[in-house]
Amino acid sequence: MQAPLTEESSKVETVYRYVVVGAGPAGVTAVENLRRHDPEGTILLIGGEQEPPYSRMAIPYMLVGKVGEEGTYLRQQENHFPNLDVKYQHAMVLHIDAATKRIKLNDGSSIQYEKLCLATGARPIKPPIPGLDQKGVRHCWTLDDARKIIELAHEGADVVLMGAGFIGCIILEALALRGVNLTVVEMGDRMVPRMLDPVAGTMLKRWCEEKGVTVHTSTRITQLESNPGETEDTLLVDLDNGEKIPAHLVVVAAGVKSNLDYLEGSGLATDQGILVNEYLQTSDEHIFAIGDVAQGPDFEHGDRVVHAIQPTATDHGRIAALNMVGKRTRYQGSMQMNVLDTLGLISVSFGEWDGRDKCDQAIMCNETGFQYMRLEFADDRLVGAQCVGRTAHIGVIRGLIEGRVPLGAWKEKLKMNPYLIMDAYLSCAQS
Amino acid sequence: MQKSLHIIPEKCTGCTQCEIACSMQHDGIFSPSKSRIRVFKFHDEGRFVPYTCTQCSEAWCQRACPTGAIGINGETGAKVVSDTVCVGCKVCTIACPFGTINYVADSGKVAKCDLCDGDPACVKACPTGAIVFIDAQNTGFERMRSWAAKTDSGTPAKA
Amino acid sequence: MAWARKLLRVNLTTGTCTTEPLNMDWAKLYLGSRGLAAKYLVEEIDPKVDPLSPENKMIMATGPLTGTAASTAGRYTVTTKGELTGVIACSNSGGFFGNELKNAGLDMIIFEGKSPKPVYLLIQNEQAALIDADEFWGCSVWDTEEGIKAKHQDPFIRVASIGKAGEVGCKFAGIVNDMDRAAGRSGVGAVMGSKNLKAVAIRGTRGVRVNNPAQFIEAVNNGKRVLAENPVTGEGLPTYGTQVLMNVINEIGALPTHNHRDVQFVGASDISGEAMHAVRKDGTKNLVSNAACFGCTIACQRVSKIERSHFTVKDRPQYQIASGGLEYENAWALGADAGINDLEAITFANFICNEQGLDPITLGATIAAAMEMFEEGVITLEDTGGIDLRFGNAEALVQITELTAKGEGFGREIGLGSKRLCEKYGRGELHMGVKGQEFPAYDSRGIQGMGLTYATSNRGACHLRSYTVASEVLGIPEKTDPLVTEGKAGLVKAFQDATAAVDACGLCIFTTFAWTLEDIAPQVDAACEGDWSVDAMLELGERIWNMERQFNLAAGFTGKDDTLPKRILKDAAKTGPAKGRVNELGKMLPEYYELRGWNAEGQPTSETLQRLGLI
Repeated sequence: MQAPLTEESSKVETVYRYVVVGAGPAGVTAVENLRRHDPEGTILLIGGEQEPPYSRMAIPYMLVGKVGEEGTYLRQQENHFPNLDVKYQHAMVLHIDAATKRIKLNDGSSIQYEKLCLATGARPIKPPIPGLDQKGVRHCWTLDDARKIIELAHEGADVVLMGAGFIGCIILEALALRGVNLTVVEMGDRMVPRMLDPVAGTMLKRWCEEKGVTVHTSTRITQLESNPGETEDTLLVDLDNGEKIPAHLVVVAAGVKSNLDYLEGSGLATDQGILVNEYLQTSDEHIFAIGDVAQGPDFEHGDRVVHAIQPTATDHGRIAALNMVGKRTRYQGSMQMNVLDTLGLISVSFGEWDGRDKCDQAIMCNETGFQYMRLEFADDRLVGAQCVGRTAHIGVIRGLIEGRVPLGAWKEKLKMNPYLIMDAYLSCAQS
Repeated sequence: MQKSLHIIPEKCTGCTQCEIACSMQHDGIFSPSKSRIRVFKFHDEGRFVPYTCTQCSEAWCQRACPTGAIGINGETGAKVVSDTVCVGCKVCTIACPFGTINYVADSGKVAKCDLCDGDPACVKACPTGAIVFIDAQNTGFERMRSWAAKTDSGTPAKA
Repeated sequence: MAWARKLLRVNLTTGTCTTEPLNMDWAKLYLGSRGLAAKYLVEEIDPKVDPLSPENKMIMATGPLTGTAASTAGRYTVTTKGELTGVIACSNSGGFFGNELKNAGLDMIIFEGKSPKPVYLLIQNEQAALIDADEFWGCSVWDTEEGIKAKHQDPFIRVASIGKAGEVGCKFAGIVNDMDRAAGRSGVGAVMGSKNLKAVAIRGTRGVRVNNPAQFIEAVNNGKRVLAENPVTGEGLPTYGTQVLMNVINEIGALPTHNHRDVQFVGASDISGEAMHAVRKDGTKNLVSNAACFGCTIACQRVSKIERSHFTVKDRPQYQIASGGLEYENAWALGADAGINDLEAITFANFICNEQGLDPITLGATIAAAMEMFEEGVITLEDTGGIDLRFGNAEALVQITELTAKGEGFGREIGLGSKRLCEKYGRGELHMGVKGQEFPAYDSRGIQGMGLTYATSNRGACHLRSYTVASEVLGIPEKTDPLVTEGKAGLVKAFQDATAAVDACGLCIFTTFAWTLEDIAPQVDAACEGDWSVDAMLELGERIWNMERQFNLAAGFTGKDDTLPKRILKDAAKTGPAKGRVNELGKMLPEYYELRGWNAEGQPTSETLQRLGLI
């Protein structure tokens, strides 16, 4: 499978037709689709962690024991990558030389590519708060983090979770199910402020509190002191409201940012992520970027955005692969969509869930029943939605938005009764 | 030749025998709420629409799954959820633009139509022939698939 | 298995909901639904209780087959002491509500007491709560059902509710579920309204198990095949619904017309099942489609749309929809009995019955009685508020129906039902019914067995207690002559017992056009613990029948109430094959009592009660 050797370097250098850097969902989807569309070309997949390709999405389920470590692996059939004739290698990319189509790895080797795909993902943000370097402070991002959390988060342990964003909330459930004594501290005025509006985010908070989780919103952690004394709570978490909370474990979930450091000197255009066009090409036509590291076109208005979500990652991987093999395929753009299970209360949001100015909306709220539904329209189609407490057939919201389905008379019906979304979908999109 | 479910809503009386049969087949219990095929009723129009997964070739659910829990049955072409691999993250439920893969709180997993290994229980239970299992090329699912292409991220859907 | 083995007791006075285990000893004797609910009622209330008092109870019950794959197994019954009749009421409804109740893990709900304010019951699996219904009080069934689904944002919630009629105390208010399926007869909706209970809303996802799934599925599939291959259940009912009967019954001279003054209606074909299929002026048809209740492989339900230009709907877009269309009974009562041949107007009146929760049989029959009194001058234009209440006036039918639904104007009088109305105007003999409940659509001068059926029915005049029309007209299971009385006592008893058994299963009685107990018993036997042979089913039916009878006797009724109006017993049919005939009840009743093991006063003997385990 290896291409002929070149003699430019003193070291033996390998040439691949396709090199994909990053073995998360985007990268793995990319190599699978590359193989599907190009049975011959050599493919190298480079993973940055000393693990088989795994899914961060599955880590919370490992934390609660629903699956073992292998249950987080992205592909669980044996010899998946060898069977696809994809070489999988653990390494970090130190540098990209776009001019000579080479990447340099941390083991000193360099690799030549014909087409390169960057799927290097994101990493958690470490906020500038004093005391975060102490033992007992972890992100929850990698398998290694998960192993450490499992060690520390025993039943009854005092745990503070910094951040109740999307990732924070996923971990929240896992920690609560482990039976820890959990306190959540969120800067925003509600839970998941970038996924749900104040009504829904506050509903989630109330739900968590009823389930015995302490939730502080509009609250900052000012510093982590070390807690003197003989208890296992070696940390003392200072809040800006004056409270000091002893903790055995502090989990930091304060957001993520795209991994861009290794791009220095590559000449690739970046902003929040690597800028890509509607073919997922970077400013270098031989280099593509996908997933959490890519800042690509948004579905609704085409602006470049980073949508660090699983469906975007796999869509990116598939479209980029098509373009890399020469099947020019335009990407319609990504849409924000999330689903969150917070101790049994399931919430979702899609697209422009917070609406646009002067556009119609439909809102239905049942506070006591923990149900909420909000639809956002532009002209006679749906552009965004959020729901709490409903899961049945929820995907049709994506269908309606991405299909740009004209709702006709159903828009008025939905404004009265947004819960009839499935009826609207069947009537407008399927008949 | 692979077969697919072909639904003729005009023949449906809304009796939900399909739902009853589906739940017994998959869960060993009569429970329409667990059925992977659902009949939607438009009371004011006197119209009934059975609805389930088209086993679309671009399987959004399969692509979105972070643990590879959705495989393809080689014989039937059905996209099948592996209960042992599914962690219950629900990403597929928002990724499928047809809304035909659903989270089941009781099991903590998702469920979808698996064509009953090639002998669909709903087809056998339907008293009016509103659900039939026929050669894929002859079904109206082409229409649904072409619609599916509209929501795809740029790739024309394949039959 | 098959039973959920749990019931919910709702005390409306205190606002509490508690579950308790189902009495399985009783379940083995009374099976479920009509049988088991009657047992609970008999044990828990004084038969002499005022039906509208808090001391009356109302039971919503499923059968063991409810919620299973058995064809038609979605039914539930409402059992209480009937406000219209004062005897035991058991009204049976299809749709999807019964299945939902069972799926919530409940065999039945017992409502007792009276809520101090309007409430509705919401059941979501194990959770049950009474919720303030202020926002729905005064609303129609349709608005209540939609409103509750919207409030709880769940299109899969199933609702059974009363409309305005049940709130204002209409004596024949029914309970309507799934927009147009009704527990219609005997005033069960009036009882519900008297308890300030507006609706019962259920979302159940727990599922129903059966004892032996493989054996059950086989029995069910056999049953479904029999239904599909039978000309009535496989073709007649899906195509024409029960309306297949309109022309048939008219031809044999048993279609009660003009409050039973006549037995044939010249306009019958205009309001028949065939007419519903006819293309109208605007190119559309009255019938939009047929439809099925839960699990039903027959699908007899009519879905109709009124012609857009018809006077009833042309300025009222809310009624320009498809909704529950005419069944034979409704088309007869609102049509032939009132002498009206306007199919669209009758369809509209039927919509209103569904929308506001009225029994269309009693409504039509009461309007017919009022029309007769109006034509005789007993009721005047002043009484009716200016409505020209003569036979055949479709506009009057529509006006009166709407007034009755709301309890306004002369509609309040109609809301009394024909017995009280006729007595009020001094013409008690014009009430065409038994034990306060109006006849359905078969004149027993032309179908003799139906006279005995009506006279002895435990819930007042009713065709659904022993439908001997099947034998006497349709030849099911074998043809008997409708004009002879010989053998009818045995026929009625056999039909009564079998019907009670079928009702107790949670199945629809329409299956028995094709099924006998030979088809049903294997399904029950596979689903339930215990031995459910045909003989056991027949004994079950007989036990239920005698228990209901005992309740009515204890409520103060006697054998003297097992009778028919003078018009049926004395005034001969004027036309048709039964011309010159009256109903010869006297020839059948003594034999019936004897076959039943009752004494000459119509009381079950102690040997009979002992044999059935009732004492």
